[in-house]
This record gives sequence, structure tokens and C-alpha cells, in this order.
Amino acid sequence: MDAFLLQLAAGIATGGIYASVALAIVMIYQATHHVNFAQGEMATLSTFIALTFIQAGFPYWVAFGATLAVSFVMGALVERLIMRPVQHAPILTHVGVYIGMLLIIGNLTGWVFGYTTKVFPSPFEGGGPMFGGLLSAHQLGSVGVTLAVLVLVYLFFTKTSLGLAMRAAAYNPRSARLVGIRVDVMLALGWGLAAAIGSVAGMMVAPIVFLDPNMMLGILLYAFAGALLGGIDNPPGAVVGGFLVGVLENLAGAYIVGTELKLSVALVIIIGVLVLKPSGLFGRVVFSRV
Amino acid sequence: MTTTRRLLLAGSAGALAAPRIAAAQESPGVTATEIHIGSTNALSGPASSYSVISRCLEGMFRRLNDEGGVGGRRVRFTVYDDGYQPPRTLEQTRRLVERDRVAFLFNQLGTPTNNAVHRYVNQRRVPHLFLATGADKWANPREFPYTMGWQPSYRVEAQIYTKHVLEQRPNAKIALLYQNDDFGRDYLHGVQDVLGDRFRSMVVTATNEATDPTIDSQIVQLQATGADVLICGVIPRFAAQAIRRVHDIGWRPMMFMTNVSVSVGVVMQPAGVEKGVGLITSDYRKDQSDSAWANDPGMNEWRQFMQRYIPDGDLGDNNYTYGYGVGATMIQVLRQCGNDFSRENVMNQARNIRPMQLATLLPGVMVQSQPDNYNVIRQMQLQRWNGASWERFGQVIEGAGS
Repeated sequence: MDAFLLQLAAGIATGGIYASVALAIVMIYQATHHVNFAQGEMATLSTFIALTFIQAGFPYWVAFGATLAVSFVMGALVERLIMRPVQHAPILTHVGVYIGMLLIIGNLTGWVFGYTTKVFPSPFEGGGPMFGGLLSAHQLGSVGVTLAVLVLVYLFFTKTSLGLAMRAAAYNPRSARLVGIRVDVMLALGWGLAAAIGSVAGMMVAPIVFLDPNMMLGILLYAFAGALLGGIDNPPGAVVGGFLVGVLENLAGAYIVGTELKLSVALVIIIGVLVLKPSGLFGRVVFSRV
Repeated sequence: MTTTRRLLLAGSAGALAAPRIAAAQESPGVTATEIHIGSTNALSGPASSYSVISRCLEGMFRRLNDEGGVGGRRVRFTVYDDGYQPPRTLEQTRRLVERDRVAFLFNQLGTPTNNAVHRYVNQRRVPHLFLATGADKWANPREFPYTMGWQPSYRVEAQIYTKHVLEQRPNAKIALLYQNDDFGRDYLHGVQDVLGDRFRSMVVTATNEATDPTIDSQIVQLQATGADVLICGVIPRFAAQAIRRVHDIGWRPMMFMTNVSVSVGVVMQPAGVEKGVGLITSDYRKDQSDSAWANDPGMNEWRQFMQRYIPDGDLGDNNYTYGYGVGATMIQVLRQCGNDFSRENVMNQARNIRPMQLATLLPGVMVQSQPDNYNVIRQMQLQRWNGASWERFGQVIEGAGS
């Protein structure tokens, strides 16, 4: 029983990682109706930028804020310079561009910052290990940050007119344009926000898994499973989904399929959700009338 | 029409094949004045920090030539860049064998890269000697008689850890965490080699994928079994995680870490130097930063070589002590060849090295080979982390060397 509780705690801890990345995936989906495969690599690059700020001597939270700003600009620039020219191209073109960005940004990061593992500081150090060492102060803190980001995103999309305009621009660009929303600006804003949220995820994940250019490679798959499980258009759902995937994966690995098949659990979840309930646990079922 | 074309093709293929057979009977890559040796290394890309090995070897052959060469011949050493990409390794190896017509291949870098040419070089019967990789599969003289590793394999390393466990705690319960690939499974096999029938009752295992974000779950699972020994065959990122997590959950097993994941800067410092106190690993080389070797004749020989042939080389980089050892082994084989540098004789000498000590290897660690045992180095000494550096302890231990 004790071991079970420990597995549960370990699952919640890793689930927190998936949840924060899943939130970034949902964010970009809200803004563009696409899933950006390069999300993880962009977040890793942002985390390296944050490390550069910290090593230059800035206090953690200043570096944190500066990284958010830089990531926002980076995201908006990606939209302007890379996505805009292929705006009306078929979906496969977009997928191709995303994969290209994944490779380019990933290798660029390695080329500039090197491939060796680096330590990334945590703002929540000092508490020491808690709950038998399974949840560190940092892990609790990062869960708190993820939830705070979630609340902000939720408020932004539901309570502000900018958030409403952004949703409208993603959902129905033509009608949005007719009511006076500048759709292209909204798209750039959405990319910027998604990149900023991704950078938060990166900075929260890096102290746990250590920072290297491939940090997000494995995480993105689990996060994607979490986002799908919760509903790809539902931010709170994505966070719950991320935690669920973390716990399910750990319990299944420990008690059902063995550690060799842990990764497969994430894939089974993705396929299972797509086949049985494509809108996810909390997603809205959308009917299109043509 | 078709038939004639086929005949024509078959005919030309035969014509192409013919000189190859003839060449195999002579000594390709060897003239009256020169022996041509080929290699590949990651001169670019993520693994390019290993490229200094080629620099070291090139310097050693230059010294050999300055001293009059071997068997009345000078050595020419050609290294091509494969960027650590297996398809390019195959391409460059074929270039070395078929166009440059080298005598043999020496110290190609990497496990996946050598995998890509393993079958090819054995089919062509080209000696594929002293590879820069720790995989166990290079010591398989029955199926791949032309391929030979050099450094202790991961499997030999695991055998040595298990022997130490049996000596210290005969009734230990061993937890084994390994990566679910060729690298990690070498550790599984090494533990199995030593324990035999007792493996099932003494060992619990857990695996991780290189893509896993964390290994928390595996550590908890292993701790829950009540194991008092933990052996880890994982890459540096997970090594740092494992050291930190084991410490944080208050588990105090006798803990072993693969010697490819114990770098002070990359593993011990990220994990927290105080969290790894007591961790055990192994080495077969003299660590040039260890003051015990400050006036060691062997290490001084190496330092003189560096000063003269690679004056701008980083003396703290242990790839140079590795290169010096593997280069000395190759030169020994060339000396044993006498005046016959045919592929058959080179291979024959390579598999008959009588035990010898090398300047940059720990005292008691021998370089040797037998026709049925290609584990060139099969001994290592254990070392323990004291919070600041690695301290050697105990005698040199020999793996089973299967």
C-alpha cells in the first residue's frame, strides 16, 4: 500500500510536467486550430535563453519575465515569418513546416548551447524533500505555477474581449474579419502567448529532468496524450489530462504492463481517445453543418 | 534482348568481382614503403568531442614514423568524418575499403556507427580492430571474427560489479535499472553471467527508455522490493536523476553507476555532489588529474608525447589517455606482424596479444587477446565518490570475459 501511494505521488509529480506542456499545446490549438509539433523544441530554446539570463547575473524572477517576453516575440515572429506565407496551404504543408521547425530549432539549440546536460535552478529550492522524498518543493511549486497559468489563460479567454476576439479568429476567421477583428494580429498574438506558456513549462520542467536540447522530445508525446485525453480545446481538461496520464503511466508501468511498455501506455491513450471519444473527457463536441 | 542484357550484366558483374578476389590474396594497402590504415570518427556533429582520439592516434603514428616506422614501412592513417551518422559511416567505410584500398580499419568510433558496417567488413574479411565503443557485441569471434573491441565492455563492467557485490554481501538483493536498448541490456547480461541460476532469486529489474522524462517511478518500484544493492546502466541525464532521487527518498543501497555516466561536471554536480557520496563505479585508465600519477613514468611518457606531438591538446581530456592506450595496442600488433602485413596475418596477430601493461592504464590492468576471447581489456578497479572526487579502492577485478 505504501508503495502504491509512492507510485501515485511519483505519477502526480511527472503528471505536473505533462500538464504544463499540455496546456501550451491547447493554447496554440485555441489560437490556430493546429497542433504545433515544434512546441517542445521552442520551449527548450526558451529555457536555454532563461539560463543565459540567469548566468548573466539576473535574479530568477527577472530572468523569468525576460524569457516570457523574448519567447512571446519569438512565437509572434515564427507566425509572421514562417507560418504566414503558408497560411492558405493545405494541412499537410503545415505539418511539414512544423516538423521542419522541430528539426531546425532543435539542432540550432544544440549548436549554440551544446549537447551536455545542464543544471537549471529552481525558484522553490530550500524546502527539502517532502512526502518521503517524492515531491520536492520545486515539484509542488511548479504544480502551483501550472495552475496559476491555467487560471490566467481561463480568465483571458472567457473574461476579456481580446480573448474572445482571439477565439473568434481561430474558430471562424471570415466572420471574425467581418465584425472588425484583425485576424492576422490575433494569430500572431496566439503564437506569442503559446510560446510564452511553453517557456514557463520549460522552466518548470528543466530543474526536474535537467536541461539539454532533447529535453522535451519524450515529454511532448505524453503531453499530447494528456491534451487529447482532457479535450484538445479545453485548457482545464488538458491539465487534468496531463495529471491523469502521469498517474496512469506510472501505475500501469508498476503493476500491469511493466516498465518496458510505459511509453506504449501514452500511445494507447492517444489511439483510445481518438477512436472512442475524439473530443476527450471534457472537450466540447462540435457539429459542423455544411 | 532481355537475355543478352542479363548476360551482359552478369558478365560485367563477374569482371568487377574478379579483381576483388585477386586483391584479397595480395596485401591491399601495403606497399614496400607504406601501410595504409583507415578509420572513421565524428569530426563534426554532437559527438565530435571524441574527434581528439583521432588526433591522438595521428600523433602516435607520426611519432612511430619519426622513429623509423614498423617493418621498414611508414604508417599512413586516413580518418573520414561520419558525423556519428551510421549511413555515413557505411559510405565512408566503403570508400576506405574499396577506393582507398586500406590495409585494415582501426578504432572507428561509436556503437550505432560500427553496427552499420559490422556485417560488411566481416563479409569482406577486413580487420575491424579496437573499436572506440564499449558494446559487448564486438567480442564475438565465432560469428564476427574480423571485429574486435578494446575497452572493457559494459557487460564485463557489470560482471565486475556483481563479483564485488557477492564478495561484500553474499545474500544481497540486487536491484538493476537499465536502459531498454543494446547498451542497457549489456548490464543485464553481465549480471546474469555471474549469478547464473541465482539471478531469478537475487535480482529485480526495471527498465527505462531514453525518451522517458523521469525515472522516479522505476526508482520507487525498485526500492519497494527491499533491495539493498542498486546497479544502474543508464545515460548521464538519468544517472544524475537516479543519484538525486535515491538520496531524496532515503534509500541507502550499495549503489553502482556505469562508468560512462560518472563525469563530475555532467553527472555528479547536477545530481548534487553530497548526494552521491558512496557511489561506486570503475575505471581501467589512470586519471591524469589524480595526484598519485603526478610522477608516474607511464603518465610522464604520455605527457612528453603530448608536449611534442599535440602541444595545444587539453591535458585534462581523458580521450587522450584513451587514444594513447589504444594506439599503443595497435602499434604492438603491427610490430608482431614482422614483415607480413596481409589482412590474415594482421588479424592473426591481433587475436594473439600476450598480456601486457600500457603507460596510461592502471597497474594490473592488462591488454591481451586469445583466438576465443576478444575482450582485450577485461579488468578494472573500483572507485568510490567521496563528495569531491573519485577514490580508487581494492584490487583490480577481472570480468568473466565470456
